[in-house]
Amino acid sequence: MTELTKLTIAEARDMLTARELTSAELTDAYLAAIDSANASFNAYVTVTHDKARDMAKASDARLAKGEGGALEGIPLGIKDLFATEGVHTQACSHVLDGFKPRYESTVTANLWADGAVMLGKLNMDEFAMGSSNETSYYGAVINPWRAKGSNADLVPGGSSGGSAAAVSAWLCAAATATDTGGSIRQPAAFTGTVGIKPTYGRCSRWGIAAFASSLDQAGPITRDVRDAAIMLKSMASVDDKDTTSVDRAVPDYEAAIGQSIKGMRVGIPKEYRVDGMPPEIEALWQKGIAWLKDAGAEIVDISLPHTKYALPAYYIVAPAEASSNLARYDGVRYGLRVPGKDITDQYEKTRAAGFGREVQRRIMIGTYVLSAGYYDAYYLQAQKVRTLIKKDFEDVFAAGVDVILTPATPSAAFGVADQDMAADPVKMYLNDIFTVTVNMAGLPGIAVPAGLDGNGLPLGLQLIGRPFDEETLFRSGAVIEKAAGRFEPQKWW
Amino acid sequence: MSVDIQTVKRVARLAHIAVTDEDAERMSGELNTILGFVEQLNEVDVSGVEPMTSVIPMEMKKRRDEVTDGNKAADIVANAPATEENFFLVPKVVE
Repeated sequence: MTELTKLTIAEARDMLTARELTSAELTDAYLAAIDSANASFNAYVTVTHDKARDMAKASDARLAKGEGGALEGIPLGIKDLFATEGVHTQACSHVLDGFKPRYESTVTANLWADGAVMLGKLNMDEFAMGSSNETSYYGAVINPWRAKGSNADLVPGGSSGGSAAAVSAWLCAAATATDTGGSIRQPAAFTGTVGIKPTYGRCSRWGIAAFASSLDQAGPITRDVRDAAIMLKSMASVDDKDTTSVDRAVPDYEAAIGQSIKGMRVGIPKEYRVDGMPPEIEALWQKGIAWLKDAGAEIVDISLPHTKYALPAYYIVAPAEASSNLARYDGVRYGLRVPGKDITDQYEKTRAAGFGREVQRRIMIGTYVLSAGYYDAYYLQAQKVRTLIKKDFEDVFAAGVDVILTPATPSAAFGVADQDMAADPVKMYLNDIFTVTVNMAGLPGIAVPAGLDGNGLPLGLQLIGRPFDEETLFRSGAVIEKAAGRFEPQKWW
Repeated sequence: MSVDIQTVKRVARLAHIAVTDEDAERMSGELNTILGFVEQLNEVDVSGVEPMTSVIPMEMKKRRDEVTDGNKAADIVANAPATEENFFLVPKVVE
């Protein structure tokens, strides 16, 4: 049975359609894998055994009649940020204790409408704020990858650390995730999986707990590029319930896989060569350039002059929006309530007990930069810089560049409870240095595994595309995947 | 601009988060580190640059002003810590 859990979505789909495999068998294989291995990773915070088996049975009935949807019978893990009706939805925060929504997020509703099966809810950084999955109220997630000759626990990245670990350790066929500053692409890079953050407005944000509304986007984490295309096709939609959902038909992304990149113009931004970047990352980048060139692409040196300001601008814009979005958690309508001597005391005690340190830190920063007298100096300045960051990208695309190639992260996965990062929040924030620009400009970005470092840990490359040109990312991502091969952790669990 | 402990306490009140003196001390260090990091934005020349309001150019969607949903009070209060007859219960706020 263990081999079933190694199938890609595309492989499982073909076997299910051919009736060589039932969704019940596949779902049971995943549930057994979760029951035996989840304790090693802490990837799932809730496993929905009964619901999974019921959904699988319904899928098998539809498949028997030849009525299967695009994801019929495929077992998925869902990040805890997505509202799932009647099922644990707490953004991995104490403040949402016991919350079981009476509604379903648009993205998950789309997946179920296409026949997917829910295995459970996945661990994440609290309210998606973190780059190591260590801010979760439910504890850290452990990366299935270990350095050669070492038993030390590594982080899977964050905030979608549970999603990345579960896909990498074969505990689901694919997972939903979200990305505000790199939360899909960085964990994908740390676990040898594929992660795509689509263009802002491509996936509905309705029913996803909001962190920073102008930056948040949902996307998948998968075993390979083709699976990412299959998942995104189902997740994306036009939704009247989200006013920022863009009215644009969802293309057949899978058709882009295998298409030639001959003549494609690939931009290499000089500003992504940062001080202190390990030589292995630079070497990986050069390999990626060579692979795309060999496949017929034209390599162009480009400049994105405001790159270095993206991360500081992000740490004003994102906390500002978060401080506003998280004002709703007050112990009145849902979740935790800590009684106080009056209502203000109740709010203050509830929020002090309910939010973890990182979330409190970001609410405080956001409240400060939006407070009287500071708004212009911080928030307005950051939004102006954001305009310039976006213009950098617009200029290179206008000059004929089709896609931009960069490293996905400045390092491979680091250790759980890293002392340097614990001592300085900015050190942790630097993980997102290559990914955050993409959120600031609203563009699509994909992280594709491209090699291993000297310790045998996976490293990823990132491709950045024009707005709504995810197809070019799948096309070029598939070329990198074909050249680099796929990467699997050594099973120690 | 350096954030002192009094400022941390004032911001915490605005954010409705109870902080002890010890929390405020720790937070002031962390906040100053982050504010020190974002300070570099001041070196960017933004004269004549419009602040971003929408990352993807789009017109605000509108719909007819009609009631399309409702009659689900029980669903809305289902997750509340304290309710009575479909009202949220809170400590007394008016004497």
